[in-house]
Amino acid sequence: MAKIVITPPGRFSLPKVADLWEAREVLYRFGARDVTLRYRQTAMGVVWVVLQPLLTALVFVLVFHKVAHLPTGGQPPMVFIFTGLLAWNLFSGIIPRAQGSLVSNRDLVSKVFFPRMLVPLAVVYSCIVDFLVSTVFLIVLLVAYGVNPGFAVLLTPLWTLMVILLASGVGLVTAALTVRYRDVNYFVPFMLQFLLYASPIAYSIASVPSKWRVVYDLNPLTWLLQEFQWSFVRQPLPPLWEIVASIVVPIAVFVGGAIIFEQMERGFADLI
Amino acid sequence: MLPQLTSNVSAVSDDYSISVSHVSKTYRIHRQEDKDAYAAEALIKRLKGKKKYSEEFDALHDVSFDVGWGEVVGIIGRNGAGKSTLLKIINRITAPTTGRIELGGRVGSLLEVGTGFHPELTGRENVYLNGTLLGMRRKEIDQRFDAIVEFAGTERFLDTQVKRYSTGMYIRLAFAVAAHLDSEILVVDEVLAVGDSDFQAKCLRKMREVARDGRTVIVVSHQLQTVSDLCSSAIYLSAGHLIHHGTVEEVLEEYKRSFARNAPLMKEAAHRPGTGEIRFDEVGVAADITKPGQDVEVEFTVGANPGFGSRFHLSCFINNEDGMVIAQCDSRVVDFWLDPSTDNQGRLKLRTPWLKPGAYTVDLFIYAGGRATDIWEQACHFQVLPVTPYPCPTTPDGTDHGVVYPDFDYSQS
Repeated sequence: MAKIVITPPGRFSLPKVADLWEAREVLYRFGARDVTLRYRQTAMGVVWVVLQPLLTALVFVLVFHKVAHLPTGGQPPMVFIFTGLLAWNLFSGIIPRAQGSLVSNRDLVSKVFFPRMLVPLAVVYSCIVDFLVSTVFLIVLLVAYGVNPGFAVLLTPLWTLMVILLASGVGLVTAALTVRYRDVNYFVPFMLQFLLYASPIAYSIASVPSKWRVVYDLNPLTWLLQEFQWSFVRQPLPPLWEIVASIVVPIAVFVGGAIIFEQMERGFADLI
Repeated sequence: MLPQLTSNVSAVSDDYSISVSHVSKTYRIHRQEDKDAYAAEALIKRLKGKKKYSEEFDALHDVSFDVGWGEVVGIIGRNGAGKSTLLKIINRITAPTTGRIELGGRVGSLLEVGTGFHPELTGRENVYLNGTLLGMRRKEIDQRFDAIVEFAGTERFLDTQVKRYSTGMYIRLAFAVAAHLDSEILVVDEVLAVGDSDFQAKCLRKMREVARDGRTVIVVSHQLQTVSDLCSSAIYLSAGHLIHHGTVEEVLEEYKRSFARNAPLMKEAAHRPGTGEIRFDEVGVAADITKPGQDVEVEFTVGANPGFGSRFHLSCFINNEDGMVIAQCDSRVVDFWLDPSTDNQGRLKLRTPWLKPGAYTVDLFIYAGGRATDIWEQACHFQVLPVTPYPCPTTPDGTDHGVVYPDFDYSQS
């Protein structure tokens, strides 16, 4: 029979992967709960998942293309912008939901034992569901506009995984910080809004003036967006270093986020 | 009561399901106005060079005990004794500051009814969610699903969202999930205070069954009756210290005796909890011995604290022999406030309920600005003589039930 030993926490602790694996069903249940709750008692259910990015894309086409005349890499603006929004919505869907998750599950955190990390991580489920529905819609758009992405599309799962890791890493840290400081509630939407405009979602990276290019090149989202645009709408691949960084950085952010979360976790039940 | 299966046997720790050694838990408490919920506040304070006012508080102090397999252990103690903290540490919700605990298996807990239940989900979805949270595998839940639902008696409402459940149904379903948990150790906190008596009896039976299987049950209860009905041994905690661990009779005896012993000590204000700005000088009951239906009068004097700005109010608990609070008399509800600039003298007159025969104790509190400045538990006590307040005495079965004697009439219309 497994013996459990409880001792005061050490100064530094690594996330216990075995415990997380043991409790993987909790992750699934939380995820399933989120998905169920999102669409229960909504009249149009899944339609919202498509409608939101579609309307946003229409507005962006109007603002960035028709008014600001920003180029979209020689592709139909609707398809180009929808591709960017697909990646962006995955990223920006995970972070705020993960960030508020611990506080909104206060009862569980202060009363039931399970690896707390599962709470912010579980939000990924419902974001992936949204992502998949939007992807199907993007395929419809590609066909409708006659854009053939070619074999490049096969690497989409890799870019998607990196967006998820990057967002989850940030989500873990912001979730843990929110337990201590509610300021994060104000900071996160602001940060996301800033990033939305500072990332090449609705216009191609080629149109960014060269003196600003450095700022763009240091933004991990720029790398990932270019990769999505390469996979779906025949844009050039970013330079090799950006491709390598787009894999290394999300992994590092995720691992780093998990370690920071673990350090802060011990105080949750007393602070929340 | 159950026989004690493995108590007081000195053996290697494998014979124990729970082995707690020298566990302490220290909280640092900030005064309310010093708590920073926003980083900006914390930053401004640090910039101003303002020192953080915080004090340390031992919720548990060097607690050690062992529990054998098949035991049902009751943990008793007054509010703030550290019972919940101990359970939280055993449940791994919060970590001990020092010490070590060894557990011989999985811990299943029923800390608060319906924790982990989501109102928008159906009964079925909640059984799965809650079962998983408590550590059950999907297969285990599948196997026990019918038994859980039958135990709870909510078959008809399985696909109804639990927000439409009655409180009773909610509680029954939540307890049923935890009761069917296959964990080696089951922790139960104060759940039996709710639900109807049939269901309570069912829960007690279930917990005895769990113990008979050789598993361990830990029960926290304010109701001494539950502890003596159910438990094979008990632990008495007071102010974070373990006072006694032994048979239920011993511990209950010790629990009652300790109040009598502490009484003289508590007369000195410095020994009493509370922030201390305003304290009682003297308290007492007008009559040590009284009869059911007679008024109970509590007299008090409160020392002045001219520098203290705000007015204050009092509160008073009347407790019966089982330690149950049967009446709370908060002076706010009758709009009674006192001014701390002078000494105050007054009395509380309790006309109803009529108290049943037995021994009663009185707790008194002073509150100012949202904080308790004086907490005087068991400040005084009195006895109610075994006479009936009703015009027509009957055999005891006419008055046995209920905690107090009601003042009532029947009339024909």
